[in-house]
Amino acid sequence: MTPFSQSLEQKFQELMARYPARRSALVPMLIYGQDELGYLPPAAIARIAELLDESEMAVREVIGYYSMLRLQPAGTYHVQVCTNISCLLRGGDELMEHCQHRLGIGNRETTKDGVFSLEEVECIGACSWAPAVQVNYDFHQELTPERLDQILDAYQQRAGAGERAGERA
Amino acid sequence: MADTPAKPLINLTVNGRAITAPPGTLLIEACKQAHIEVPSFCYYPNLSLQAACRMCLVEIEKMPKLQTACTVVVSEGMVVRSETEQVHRARKSAVEFILTNHPLDCPVCDAGGECELQDMTFKYGAEKSRFVEPKRHRDEQQWSPLIYFDRPRCILCYRCVRACGEGMDVWALGVANRGVNSTIIPNHEDHLECEECGNCVDICPVGALTAGPYRYKTRPWEMTHVGAVCTYCGDGCKTTLGVRNDTILRADNRDKSGINGDFLCVKGRYGVDFTQHPERLKQPLARGVGGSAELKPVSWSYALGTIAKRWLEIQKAGGSFGVVGSTRSLNEEAYTLQKFARRVLGTNNIDHHRSADYPALFDALGGREGQPVPLAPAEALKAGGPVLLIGGNPTDEHPLLAWNLRWGYRLNKTRLYILNRDDIKLRRQAYRYAKVGDEAAAVRFLNGTGAASASLTGVGEASEKRWPQTPPSTVETVNESLQEFRARLRQEKDVIIVFGSEISGDAIRELVAFGSGLEGTTRYIAMSDNANSHGAADMGLYPDLLPGYTPLSERSKFEALWGGPIPAEPGMDWNQMRAALQQQNLCTLYVSGANPFRNTPVAPESLKQTFLVVQDLFLTETAQCADVVLPALSGYEKAGTLTNTCGEVQVQKRGGGFEGAKSDLEILYLLADAMGAEWGAASPDRVLQEIRTAVKGYGVSLAKLLSGESVMTAPLNGRVPHRTAPELLLPNRDTLFTAGTLGRYSVVLNSVMERHLKKEAAAE
Repeated sequence: MTPFSQSLEQKFQELMARYPARRSALVPMLIYGQDELGYLPPAAIARIAELLDESEMAVREVIGYYSMLRLQPAGTYHVQVCTNISCLLRGGDELMEHCQHRLGIGNRETTKDGVFSLEEVECIGACSWAPAVQVNYDFHQELTPERLDQILDAYQQRAGAGERAGERA
Repeated sequence: MADTPAKPLINLTVNGRAITAPPGTLLIEACKQAHIEVPSFCYYPNLSLQAACRMCLVEIEKMPKLQTACTVVVSEGMVVRSETEQVHRARKSAVEFILTNHPLDCPVCDAGGECELQDMTFKYGAEKSRFVEPKRHRDEQQWSPLIYFDRPRCILCYRCVRACGEGMDVWALGVANRGVNSTIIPNHEDHLECEECGNCVDICPVGALTAGPYRYKTRPWEMTHVGAVCTYCGDGCKTTLGVRNDTILRADNRDKSGINGDFLCVKGRYGVDFTQHPERLKQPLARGVGGSAELKPVSWSYALGTIAKRWLEIQKAGGSFGVVGSTRSLNEEAYTLQKFARRVLGTNNIDHHRSADYPALFDALGGREGQPVPLAPAEALKAGGPVLLIGGNPTDEHPLLAWNLRWGYRLNKTRLYILNRDDIKLRRQAYRYAKVGDEAAAVRFLNGTGAASASLTGVGEASEKRWPQTPPSTVETVNESLQEFRARLRQEKDVIIVFGSEISGDAIRELVAFGSGLEGTTRYIAMSDNANSHGAADMGLYPDLLPGYTPLSERSKFEALWGGPIPAEPGMDWNQMRAALQQQNLCTLYVSGANPFRNTPVAPESLKQTFLVVQDLFLTETAQCADVVLPALSGYEKAGTLTNTCGEVQVQKRGGGFEGAKSDLEILYLLADAMGAEWGAASPDRVLQEIRTAVKGYGVSLAKLLSGESVMTAPLNGRVPHRTAPELLLPNRDTLFTAGTLGRYSVVLNSVMERHLKKEAAAE
């Protein structure tokens, strides 16, 4: 039994064939799997373990190691605020605080309607345009609280229209 | 090994001292060899390197930063300093860092007093911590009936993870999360499903992993520690008994001096509790006291007197005797038992629970008169030479042999060839693995030139994959792959052949014929079940063989030694004795430390004419039928020697005691005395001396033996005229958690089994 789509299963096969050792495909499989399901439920872990001929524990070890991999569902829009040094110097922590107020949730929490989740993250590689926020796979740069409000408003509207943003191509 | 020329040693300087080490040596090991202490937690010899604890940091010239001595390989001209101000500061910081979340609950911790972290903190500092954050507490977790985890105590050295995966090939422990949230996790969410060997507990440098049966019972310094030999299977592991007030409180592997090195299985470590089972027999029992047909407690003198009186009557009337010996009794006791049967009772009707056909092996090897028989010690399986494993399941039945095979595979590239009817776990380390319908037929195939017969169909493909990959699925190829298996095997040199009870009699002769045709010296290990199965065979618990597989025709040597005649005719084996019992033709049966009625029941009414004497630890199925029951001491409560399945003899030391019971040797001497045989008082040392002089192959070095080493017995070659009876080979087929009578009375082993049964039931 697989929780993944047929096309993703196909992609897994290609990934596993790409490396000398099958288990090397583990991290990309987890990322693509999470992209599709929003998080990594037990069924996803079991399936990936089965495909790689590894124990479920070995898969959980890797998930636990990477903070970007989730065992719990996130919001439709996962707001990731960078507070590393460059962003911090240019107001990253104010952005984080602003998000907490505006969304009414803390770090690693999800709004009641399930639209937004919030996470303080380490460097997302956008230092030149700090402070930066990543929403799913979309980058938003040189932000102020006001600009961020506009961006979040736009996502709120898209959520109302039933759209999902920024899925990886 | 021996034929590779020695490479020149590497020269290096540590703390101004010139030392040498072989190329490839890790710096930490080189220092250890030179008695220079470099502290570490995560480094453990023969496991993969971790460099997690940062305790072993040292200064190395021309390297910019401090280096971990556990990962640096020595090189020529290396200059190392391990006791500088900078290194001292680093160690202190490492301990301070390791103690960030450690609760320092040493006063209640099981490891207190034998804790590496305690010792290191004491020695290297961190008397003050600069951390002001509150320590994080987590409640203890029970992961299995035996294994507990106290997360705050864990210092994340990952020794347990590696020992479980690399050493045991179980892979039940892992690491979750990262950084300050890292933690050791069990393989099933909140619990472990594993072999319960407890190596993780033993290897834990702190008290994070502890064992249920020992938790909070005592402190290490309140016990005396006795290096005893495990009394369960035939491998002969050393298990260090923790004894307080003559009571065995735990067994572990703390001195690591035995043939088992780092290893112990669940039985050796946690099965010792049978010694304290409430149903242990504390005094002799006899029927007919006060006219009662039930077994009632009686005094030793009454019991011994009753037995002697009856046996003397039977002797006088020319009645028949039967004797069944034990595969757990010590060599001295087995030797004395057959001497007692032959000289005092005057019968050759003596047998034991056979599980390997040793006489056939020694007979088959008998062609080269005067040469020692090429037996392989357990250690040899680690060395990396090719091994052929036929039948049996070492993982369950011989955990040490399995551990050594995995060791050889992992560290020395052993090429392991397996022929088995089952998909045994060791196939994961196999170089070539063939699943065969019948192992004996497979041996005939190996020794022949023809095609594989129909009985060998169902061949599985060998494992090309190397550890840690999981086993390949079996491929349906027949004949061709077996041909290849045979062809490859025939090109090997110095093969060790390990075989189970599936191979007996003529199949052993075929196997030896095959082995003799191989290049180099082929050595053998015949796997037998119990702690002294091999010893029982060597000591002559056979109806037709005297000690050292001496045929009855050569009995004059023993007659001279024992001062009287030995019956000339071979006696009855167990099946013949059982038939005689059923025909009410056996006047008396003396069963010492065996439970033959469990596997081969005898109808109670057929015992009416037989005077049955049983000595054992518990009221077994056999003892329940007895007329007189004598309470015996366990293998952990007496001193002597044991011979393991490979033929290595080791000293057994007395761990605990048990009030009311006596050793088999004492009982035999008391019975001999009651029968009027003037043997004097029992002395294991005196019997050992007699064994060393009289039993072929046992003239072993006393110095080696008494200093705690295992010594290979070397029965000399010669034909062994012996009637092979495959039907008498009754292997226990033990699992990891069962072991005949002892296992049934181990509460701990039963608790593990119950959990496994519940799990199976839940799965269905």
